[in-house]
Amino acid sequence: MTNQAAEVLSVVVEREFDHPPEKLWRALTQPHLIEEWLMKNDFKAAVGHSFNLRGDWGGVLDCEVLAVEPNRTLSYSWNHAHDDAAYNLKSVVTFTLTPTGKGTHLRMEQSGFRPDQKQAHGGARAGWPQFFDKLGQVLERPAQGS
Amino acid sequence: MPNAHDLLFRTLADPTRRALFERLCRNGEQTVGALTAQAGISQPAVSKHLGVLKRAGLVRDRHEGRQTHYSAQLGALAPLIDWTSQMAGFWQNRFDHLDDLLKRMDQ
Repeated sequence: MTNQAAEVLSVVVEREFDHPPEKLWRALTQPHLIEEWLMKNDFKAAVGHSFNLRGDWGGVLDCEVLAVEPNRTLSYSWNHAHDDAAYNLKSVVTFTLTPTGKGTHLRMEQSGFRPDQKQAHGGARAGWPQFFDKLGQVLERPAQGS
Repeated sequence: MPNAHDLLFRTLADPTRRALFERLCRNGEQTVGALTAQAGISQPAVSKHLGVLKRAGLVRDRHEGRQTHYSAQLGALAPLIDWTSQMAGFWQNRFDHLDDLLKRMDQ
């Protein structure tokens, strides 16, 4: 009935960390630290900056910084272009930091998956297990001093 | 053949249809008449929406005399739940990694 049938879906993951927002902010915005927990990147905390996130599995995400509010909010697009439009993935990732008594509450919302990107869903489903395998190996390694 | 995700999302994107589906999830099996009484739209309109829900596998109909009873098929939501839970899983794992990193970082 409506072309708006393409409803935005979102995934929210929240966690409380025993570290102050300032420290968490560094981990979210400094390229060498982002690489440690997320992916290789050429991130800069400047609105409008375009960058890539490169996964160990060979995938490259096209991103653009959308919002930067130091120690509070960070938002960037998280897109995966594909020759076949049906595989295109367009989404936005937003991190929200809230100080708590003993640390920081971090909320991650990823939204923007639409029904017409049916293939991208399938692609994501196929891709994540490989990612988890890699991730498992990384997590197993002993913590290194910085 | 339409992709299962595509069909599911399109079907549930309509607020009237979603409301009908939610009512069936909450209250169990109901007749078209009972659903119409609460829906605020005509019986043909309700029947049409139920037909779309049925094609997406979200409801099942059962005929009894002159009445048609509809019930929600929660299993049809599995692809959706599956996908979102996998995305959530991805970020949960990244957060584990982030926590490890924070412990290694200097204040």
